[in-house]
Amino acid sequence: MHKFANPTFFMKIANAVFPYAAGLSALCFAVGIPIALVFSPPDYQQSETVRIMYVHVPAAWMGSMVYGVMAVSSAVYLIWRHTIAHIIARASAPIGAMFTGLCLVTGMLWGQPMWGTFWVWDARLTSMLILFFLYLGYIALGDSFEDQERGDKAAALLALVGSVNLPIIHFSVEWWNTLHQPAIRSFAGFSINAAMLWPLLLMVFAFQTYYVAVLIIRLRSELLSAKIRTARFNLAAAE
Amino acid sequence: MSGFFAILRRELTLSLRSQGDVMTVIAFFAIAAALFAFGVGPELNVQSRIASGVVWTTALLAAMLSLERLFALDYEDGTLDQLVLSGVEPVAMVFAKTIAHWLTTGMALLIAAPVVAMALQLPAQAYGALMISLLLGTPTLSLLGAVGAALTLGAKRGGVLLSLLLLPLYIPILIFGAAAVEGAILGVASTTPYAVLGGLLIAALTLCPWTAASALRHALE
Repeated sequence: MHKFANPTFFMKIANAVFPYAAGLSALCFAVGIPIALVFSPPDYQQSETVRIMYVHVPAAWMGSMVYGVMAVSSAVYLIWRHTIAHIIARASAPIGAMFTGLCLVTGMLWGQPMWGTFWVWDARLTSMLILFFLYLGYIALGDSFEDQERGDKAAALLALVGSVNLPIIHFSVEWWNTLHQPAIRSFAGFSINAAMLWPLLLMVFAFQTYYVAVLIIRLRSELLSAKIRTARFNLAAAE
Repeated sequence: MSGFFAILRRELTLSLRSQGDVMTVIAFFAIAAALFAFGVGPELNVQSRIASGVVWTTALLAAMLSLERLFALDYEDGTLDQLVLSGVEPVAMVFAKTIAHWLTTGMALLIAAPVVAMALQLPAQAYGALMISLLLGTPTLSLLGAVGAALTLGAKRGGVLLSLLLLPLYIPILIFGAAAVEGAILGVASTTPYAVLGGLLIAALTLCPWTAASALRHALE
C-alpha cells in the first residue's frame, strides 16, 4: 500500500495503464455509440427517446461512482496522509461534476417528451442535484485557502460529509414512490431486455475507461504543477 | 466539562450583551418572509398556500446568517488557539458553540415563526406542526452549520462559499419540515416527517460535532 504513495512509482503504473484505458474507451465509444444510437431496438413504450438512456444511465452511475472514489481517497488522505490519494480525489472532482451535469441534462431532455416536463422535484432528481452541488462545493472549497494543505484537508472532510448522499441517491427510487424509473440493476439481475442491456453495458465500460484515462491525464498535470511549484520555491530560496 | 460550560456561558453572555445579534436574525427572518408576500402579491389564498414553505425557507436562511461568525471572530483574534492550548477538547468547544448558536437563533426563530406564519395566512391547524418541525429541524441546521463554519474558517470567500456548501445539505431538512406543516394543513398525521427530522437530528448530533472538531484542528494547525 505504502509503495503506491510514492508519486514516481505511482505515475509509472498510471502511465502504463493509460494507453489501454484510452484505447479501450475509444474502441467502446466507436462501437457503442452507433449500436446505442442507431442499431439497438426502439422501446415499445418510449420508441426512439429510449436512446437517451445509453448516455444518461452510464453518466448517472459514473457521477455517483466518481464521488465514491473521491470519498474513499479523501478518507485515505485524512487517515494515512497519502498525498497521492488526495490528488486522485481532487483530479476526479471536475470529471465527476461533468458526469453528473451530463446526467442531469440528458435526464431533462428525456423528461420533456416522456413526462411532459424538464424537471420534477422527486427524490432521485433532487439527490442527483445535491450531488452536483457537492462537487461544486468541493472544488470551490479546495481553492479557497492561501495555504494549499488547509484547503486540501477541508475539501477532503467535505467529501466525507457529502458521502451520506450516495446511499440516498441509490435507494431514492425504492424508498420513495416517485416519477423516476426504478433501478435497472438489482440483486435479482437486470430488469431490461438483453438487446438493450449489451449496448448499455458497453457504454458504461466506455465511460469507465474514459474516466480512468482522463484521470491519469489530470494526475500528470497535477503532479507536474506540484513539481513546478517546488522548483519555483527552490529558485526563490536560491536567489 | 468545565470548559464546555465556561464556553457556553461566555457565548450566551456575549450574544445577550450585544442584543443586536438576535434581533438581526429575527428582523431578517421577518423581512425575507415579507419579500415573498410582496413577490406573490396580496392574494390571501396564494399566500396561505405557500406559507409553510416560505416560513421554513426563510428560517433556514436566517439560521445561516450568523453561522459565518460562529468560529471566525475567535479564530481571528486567537481565542480558539488559546482555548485549545488550555486543554479544552475541540468537540466540547463545538458542542458549546453550537448549542449557544441554536439558543440564540433557533429559539429566536421559533418565537418569531408563529407571527410570521400569521402574516402569511398559515391555516390555524398547522401551527402545532410548524412549531414541532422547527423544534426538531433547527438544531440540525446549527449542527450542520458548525461543520460548514469550521470547514470554511479562514477561506478567501467565506460567506458565499458557506452557502454553497450548506444549502445543498439543508435541502432534506427543508423538505421534511415543510412536509410536516403541509400534512397538518391537509389533516394528515405528520408522523413520518417528524420521524425523519428526529432521525436527521440524531445523526447530526452523533456525527457533526466530531467532524467540525476535526476541521477546527486542521484550521488551527
